Amino acid sequence: MAIENKGFWQKLMTIDRRIIFIFIFVAISVPMFLKIELKIPVSPEVESLYQTISKLPDGAKVLVSLDYDPGSEPELQPMAETFFTYCLQRKFKVIVIGLWPQGAIQAEHARIVAEEKVGRKFEYGVDYINLGYQAGNEMVIQGMGSSIPQTFSVDYFGTPTTSFPIMQGVTNFSNIDYVFNLSAGYPGTVEWVLFAVDRFNVILGAGNTAVQAPQVYPYLGKQLKGILGGMKGGAEFEILTGLKGRAVKYMVGQTFAHTIIVLFILIANIAYFATRGKEKGKTV
Amino acid sequence: MPKLFMLGLLMALLLFISAAAQPPPTGNLDTAQSASGVAAPPKVTAFDTPNDAGGSITIQWERSPDDVFSPQDFAGYDILKATSPQGPFTKIGEVPGGSRGPDPLTRTYMDNGTKDGVLYYYAVDAKAFDGSSRTVTSAPTTSKEQWFNSSQLNLFIAVIFLTAAILYYISSAKAGKKLYIRKIAGLEAVDEAVGRATEMGKKIFFIPGTQDMDNVQTIAGLTILGRVAKLTAEYEARIDVPVSRSLVMVTAREVVKEAYLKAGRPEAYTDDMVYYLTDDQFGYAAGIEGMVVRQKPATIFYQGAFYAESLILAETGNSIGAIQIAGTAMPAQLPFFVAACDYTLIGEELFAASAYLSHEPKQLGSLKGQDLGKLVFILALLIGVIIQVSGIFDFSSLFNVVGGGE
Amino acid sequence: MKREVPLIICATVGIVLIFQYFIPAEPFGTLNQVFSDWFQVIGAFAIWLGALNLIKVSGNNVYKKRKDWPYSLLIIISFFVMVIVGFFFSGGRRFQDQGTAFSALYDYVYSPLTSMMFALLAFYVGSASYRAFRARTKEATVLLLAAFFVMLGRVPLGDTLTSWLPNWLHMSNIANWIMNIPNTAGQRAIMIGIALGTVSTSLRLILGIERSYLGGE
Repeated sequence: MAIENKGFWQKLMTIDRRIIFIFIFVAISVPMFLKIELKIPVSPEVESLYQTISKLPDGAKVLVSLDYDPGSEPELQPMAETFFTYCLQRKFKVIVIGLWPQGAIQAEHARIVAEEKVGRKFEYGVDYINLGYQAGNEMVIQGMGSSIPQTFSVDYFGTPTTSFPIMQGVTNFSNIDYVFNLSAGYPGTVEWVLFAVDRFNVILGAGNTAVQAPQVYPYLGKQLKGILGGMKGGAEFEILTGLKGRAVKYMVGQTFAHTIIVLFILIANIAYFATRGKEKGKTV
Repeated sequence: MPKLFMLGLLMALLLFISAAAQPPPTGNLDTAQSASGVAAPPKVTAFDTPNDAGGSITIQWERSPDDVFSPQDFAGYDILKATSPQGPFTKIGEVPGGSRGPDPLTRTYMDNGTKDGVLYYYAVDAKAFDGSSRTVTSAPTTSKEQWFNSSQLNLFIAVIFLTAAILYYISSAKAGKKLYIRKIAGLEAVDEAVGRATEMGKKIFFIPGTQDMDNVQTIAGLTILGRVAKLTAEYEARIDVPVSRSLVMVTAREVVKEAYLKAGRPEAYTDDMVYYLTDDQFGYAAGIEGMVVRQKPATIFYQGAFYAESLILAETGNSIGAIQIAGTAMPAQLPFFVAACDYTLIGEELFAASAYLSHEPKQLGSLKGQDLGKLVFILALLIGVIIQVSGIFDFSSLFNVVGGGE
Repeated sequence: MKREVPLIICATVGIVLIFQYFIPAEPFGTLNQVFSDWFQVIGAFAIWLGALNLIKVSGNNVYKKRKDWPYSLLIIISFFVMVIVGFFFSGGRRFQDQGTAFSALYDYVYSPLTSMMFALLAFYVGSASYRAFRARTKEATVLLLAAFFVMLGRVPLGDTLTSWLPNWLHMSNIANWIMNIPNTAGQRAIMIGIALGTVSTSLRLILGIERSYLGGE
């Protein structure tokens, strides 16, 4: 009996990883088809971001920098969709740029989703403009501090920037009421903090992947007026704005997945101590 | 030679400090024009934008009381410029009301279209929604370029100190002084890892990171590649180096070719050992994953800068039972490598690898200089915590660095 | 001369770029941008080297029918499909508009494949955690406990389980404390070491002590 038990615990210690994969797959996918409502408490950093944007006047000029690619789409795209929807509802003037090449494309996808949700379109050039991607990383931010029209002389579609009504009176960051950055790495939020906030007193809020968020937390409060950290931050933002969407839905799967992983860790440790105890007995 | 270098640096430092110490000309004269309605901004100042290449003047003013107390009626500020006190003033920009920046009662605007040496007059026009406005003008000022960015002084001192420390220990090492370096498990295991691949008759994969040659981690990774390739040549094992950047491919080929030459086996080298996959992060990860699963290398090295693909690569290598030695200076990726690899070089250990593997005195000397820098940081942290907590003065302000340097 | 010229270029450019960081006046103020732009241009042209190498190696594998040659054929087909569609079927300047073949490839091939690769991390985190988070030593136990609190603190379940406790003992607050205090402190310490290592390595490169990138000592 002891030998069988030991074999069982040993087998558990070296379980085929595919079994773990199956459990995680089930944990993430099944809740997508169930109507489960989770109570998601709002953290102070998300509340701070929401309070900042809610105080902006209707018609405020908002710059959105999308610095991510499709790899981070599940975490950051829901944030972009919610933010664009909020901007459309509040009639903010949205100026989009990308420090990553795919950022500007992701912006177009988010814009389409926002327009479907609100039932109204952004008027291009009047309350929305996509200035596209610009190579140069943090140098682009520095250039915008001097002159945004010079840094982005044409929009994403090749039309001169200054010909659009939305860009009238926009010289540099002084004429931008708020900057929202969605970032998955470099260049991203850290560069916006170092080169836009410290030099040009920009009011900055950020959405980051869960992996990147800890690197950005040190700036919270002083340079950064709120962070949406990972999927949970995105879900909290959807709740605060009243625009429940993908992030809230995905949180159910994430909750189950985290729980499964924690359970597996507990099982692994129980198996470890069970086999270790028996090993100790044997050697003594 | 190091003494002359030190003297030169010290003179440069004194020169820059003296240049930075000259105060820029400022204008500070307030001339409120008569009007009714909105309250004027109490104080308007124009001065040369500090620490720049010239061509820029900063206009600073205190917010109008109406902006502070009746923001709903306040329309914003127009910024006007002229080259004579009588005008004509032209509008160069506008800013909305409200606070911005660390001081809630002050606003600033940067005019980046000035000519150095020309006197400019600025006016700030406070506007209300009822159509009233009040204009306040500043005294004339001019822009000029600065030759030292005074906001980076503390960084400059740190660079001088660190450079001096490293140079001193390099010259000590050259003079024959023995320097101690602790064991780094990951680097001790390189021989064993290459030997294992040779015994098993399987390949060695070397992944030099996903960034380009402008990243110092890539260069550090290629340094280790040189040593690994030399061992591979000596043991007659096979090495594959799939890369993510074209320039890295070119450099890695030179490194491996030279390593084989030094090992006395130039005929065994082929260009196909180092090949390009794709610049795309996950395309690269997918390519390597596939090759690892199909070819089952005995040993995999990950040495360089990695992002999210680190865990994908390391777990795949772990699944086939390869011995894995990782090294990166990306703090977010270190936990993944530590969890999935047999050995991990953490942060600066990656940069120390070259010195460690070569045991060259000059390289070891640079490590010692680095350690001295670390000791100074530790002392500054300890002293700083005590001073800051006791409230004697704001010690952390000594370490403020404004982002960027135009 | 083959070694000396690159070393001189490296030393000169290195020293100039260090000093230019502290000198705003022209031409020093924009040198960093100029060199950065040149590097981007060279890197962009160099991509042809990589692309041609990829086609050559894959082509060879297919021609000689080496092991796993179908994957090399897939690389060649994917490469040319993307290039041809990108150049001729992308709508020109308006390449991000929906309805073109290029946008279809982006939306239905590239984007899902990239997301899929990133999604693999979820599974690999599970298997890596199962293998690595075992209380073998005191340090491993601390790691295990931190992982436990952060994993549960990052989802609503954590707060639900600890809702009966005082606010500061809620799982999310503990998770935030772990991430903001000990994690940030550890990350900063590693980053200081990395910065010092970077300075040291850069100095070795500038002084010509480190020459392995040239292909030897």
